[in-house]
Amino acid sequence: MSTNTSTHHTSTIGAIGAPSRRNTELALLVFAVVIPVFAYANVGLAINDEVPTGLMGYGLGLGLLAGVGHLVVRKFAPYADPLMLPLATLLNGLGLVAIWRLDQSELLQSIKQAGTAAPRQLMYTAMGIALFIVVLIFLKDHRVLQRYTYISMVGALFLLLLPLVPGLGQNIYGARIWISVAGFSIQPGEFAKIVLAIFFAGYLMVKRDALALASRRFIGLYLPRGRDLGPILVVWAMSILILVFETDLGTSLLFFGMFVIMLYVATERTSWIVFGLLMSVVGAVGVASFEPHIQQRVDAWLDPMREYTLSRQGVAGHSEQAMQALWAFGSGGTLGTGWGQGHSELIRFAANSDFILATFGEELGLAGVMALLLLYALIVERGVRTALAARDPFGKLLAIGLSGAFALQVFVVAGGVMGLIPLTGMTMPFLAYGGSSVIANWALIGILLRISDTARRPAPAPAPNPDAEMTQVVRP
Amino acid sequence: MNKPLRRIAIFCGLLVLALLIRDNWLQYVQADALQSDKNNRRVTIERYASPRGDIIVDGKSITDSVETTGTDLNYKRTYKNGEMWAPVTGFASQIVGTSQLEGVEDGILTGNDDRLFFRNTLDMITGKKKEGGNVVTTLSAAAQKAAFEGLGSKKGAVAAIDPSTGAILALASTPSYDPSVFAGLNDGDKFDKLDKDADKPMLNRALRETYPPGSTFKVVTAAAALENGEVTDIDAKTDSPDPWPLPLSTDKLTNEHGECLNATLRVALRDSCNTVFGKLSDDVGNKKMIEQAEKFGFNEEQFVPVRAVESVYPEDNRPQNAMGGIGQASNRATPLQMAMVAAAVANDGTLMEPYMVDKLQAPSLDTIEQHTPKKLSEPISKENAQKLQSMMETVVSEGTGTNAQIPGVTVGGKTGTAQHGLNNSEKPYAWFISYAKTSEGSPVAVAVVVEDGSANRDDISGGGLAAPIAKAVMQAVIDRKK
Repeated sequence: MSTNTSTHHTSTIGAIGAPSRRNTELALLVFAVVIPVFAYANVGLAINDEVPTGLMGYGLGLGLLAGVGHLVVRKFAPYADPLMLPLATLLNGLGLVAIWRLDQSELLQSIKQAGTAAPRQLMYTAMGIALFIVVLIFLKDHRVLQRYTYISMVGALFLLLLPLVPGLGQNIYGARIWISVAGFSIQPGEFAKIVLAIFFAGYLMVKRDALALASRRFIGLYLPRGRDLGPILVVWAMSILILVFETDLGTSLLFFGMFVIMLYVATERTSWIVFGLLMSVVGAVGVASFEPHIQQRVDAWLDPMREYTLSRQGVAGHSEQAMQALWAFGSGGTLGTGWGQGHSELIRFAANSDFILATFGEELGLAGVMALLLLYALIVERGVRTALAARDPFGKLLAIGLSGAFALQVFVVAGGVMGLIPLTGMTMPFLAYGGSSVIANWALIGILLRISDTARRPAPAPAPNPDAEMTQVVRP
Repeated sequence: MNKPLRRIAIFCGLLVLALLIRDNWLQYVQADALQSDKNNRRVTIERYASPRGDIIVDGKSITDSVETTGTDLNYKRTYKNGEMWAPVTGFASQIVGTSQLEGVEDGILTGNDDRLFFRNTLDMITGKKKEGGNVVTTLSAAAQKAAFEGLGSKKGAVAAIDPSTGAILALASTPSYDPSVFAGLNDGDKFDKLDKDADKPMLNRALRETYPPGSTFKVVTAAAALENGEVTDIDAKTDSPDPWPLPLSTDKLTNEHGECLNATLRVALRDSCNTVFGKLSDDVGNKKMIEQAEKFGFNEEQFVPVRAVESVYPEDNRPQNAMGGIGQASNRATPLQMAMVAAAVANDGTLMEPYMVDKLQAPSLDTIEQHTPKKLSEPISKENAQKLQSMMETVVSEGTGTNAQIPGVTVGGKTGTAQHGLNNSEKPYAWFISYAKTSEGSPVAVAVVVEDGSANRDDISGGGLAAPIAKAVMQAVIDRKK
């Protein structure tokens, strides 16, 4: 590994005496809380002509959660990246506003429990930040996770297979990615994402030399040895299995993409990317050719209007959501209709989860969505910087794995909702309604903060050098 | 490890870039197309977000809007005396859309018309809600009422025109329907019920139904005979055998009554002689008959601006053309068309383009568009028109149309009893076309058709059933002018 020197990237790299930037974080956090509070008031004024009565409670709740998060970072990870907590808070807060706004829709109230999503999401946020705090307090050093490499593998497989357990798993709209525990729907895939990243990081750190060096050159590409191909084949097979049995294109793509990214970073071999792409194309095309659910998703992507018409005609298994989302985006135009003045409730099912970006598209317009996408891009950028700054290969791999997965998830969800790629059943991190997603992503931010704290922490003062002492003596 | 890390960073950047480009494509390039897509529910929601503009008759609105609850569409249309006005307004329903005047002037009524764009933009900036404009019609409430009540429970239609301008004064059709009934989002079944009704209450018989014109068509035949020089003196004997053998046929044309043998044109029209007009039509010939009919507006759809179906006078063989001359062949006419014939005669031979929208108003009541009367054609010379007037006035003063006499007013008319059905087995249609004339010219021409005689077959004649309705309509218009 080529170690970083502290001659550049001074903002993240632990130059001795680097400022902790905690006050920057606090100032940004104030904005991250105030902006959603204003948005919340705006929704109330637009829909009911009055400032919503829950404004105080909501503002205080979000502020308190962010404040506690900040204090914990200040105490337990003082050198952590100052941007990630405010960014996550802002996205989470705006998501809450959008969910509350959709709660007000009479149309949505008639098809699901009226007006209860926002309070639940606030509770999930509290749980998410609690987990974030737990991570920061108990995970003193991310390298500890390295010890759990193989346990993580077992854990990830366990989580992934949970939805297939009869009686526990739920099939919602064709995708089998939920489990039901005590009345709560949980998406184990969201947690598996983090656990898998830990496993990949631990495994690749040990194996990377073998994977990178023991290879033959063939038509300009380094071909790995057969036995080193094993793990990538296993992961590939796992992704395909998820795709087939849980019909979850998104999660499958996410895991495989994350693995390829980490493999590439670990080995610095472009051939892995070529392999990865080939295998994912082969897998996706292969599965799509015999799995009707996936096929239908592709058809719906290619011709959303036909899908809409079929759904309107009452043909079973078709959904008008994709077209409704496109109309929502289009109707928003450049500047949007303004909070509470759009009609994204027309998307109906999953309007506040998978399709929540469409609400932002309609009500905040092109400007708002671009701002949101840039907020996500910033989180990813801070994650990649953390990876660059990390001093140990495990930290680097884990940070890039988590950030890469985050970026892929944003791409897969936003791209799906905007019709860039076929729709997949995943949720926009932090924005969308859903406990698993919010809690898992707060944990993800917690781990990234821990790694960045370790990376930016000032190196221990150099041991006193007797020669230096000598030189100092002769100084005036 | 940092080189691949930077490449991954670039890769993530590209992912975000792809999303940004897609978003620009969607929300900027495609925005307009998506926004106005007819399947986009927002188009409908926006359309009913504010009260629709009104349709105005005699300075009063015959429409209104009410706020609805329980749906995403805020306002629905209501109609005042909907049954009477349905042939004028058409309908505007949240569930089935719009028709006729409501459909043609939808842009103004919803406020979406391009001509309201500047105002709408201004309203958006000042935070005012969008409003619809009004459609001011030419109709006369009194004439419409007379027509609708005259038809009563009978099946039929009335069209009345101001001959000097072409302004439509009455447009009635019975049985009718109340468009308020299915104006809401959940009224689809009520619409279906009306739509499937055997009596066709939603058919606008005045504009969209053609009938065999029967003897009223003899006015057109007389015009053709005069214009083509077959007859020059309306009081000179014609060479007309009674009965007259149809050319190329073994059938003979006979008369129901009257002094038809070699009758003058005036007497022939007065007594509605089939033999005289059948022979005249044959003498003029199919080509010239078509030409004359077309000058009156046949073989062409009319847009008033609501579409009226085309009345037809087709190319045909000699016996059919002869029968066409008495309105009993394959020629068919709408009540509007026959009112246009009467109007052209009353207006000294000049046919004005019929219209029912006087002006369009912005929500502020400023005029956006004002109709100026336009000449459609000159089917007959002034001289021949006056001859026709003289003959039609004889019909009313001493012929089959005496029921249309109005004291102190000159009335010209023509009755018709059109046979139809297999072997003429069905109840005939009773027709009457007429105009009234005062010292200031002719204020009204009217055509009435009554489909069913609930009376005995013998009693059905244009003079008995239709003429009183025409009289009431003309009277209403004359009273209004006073």
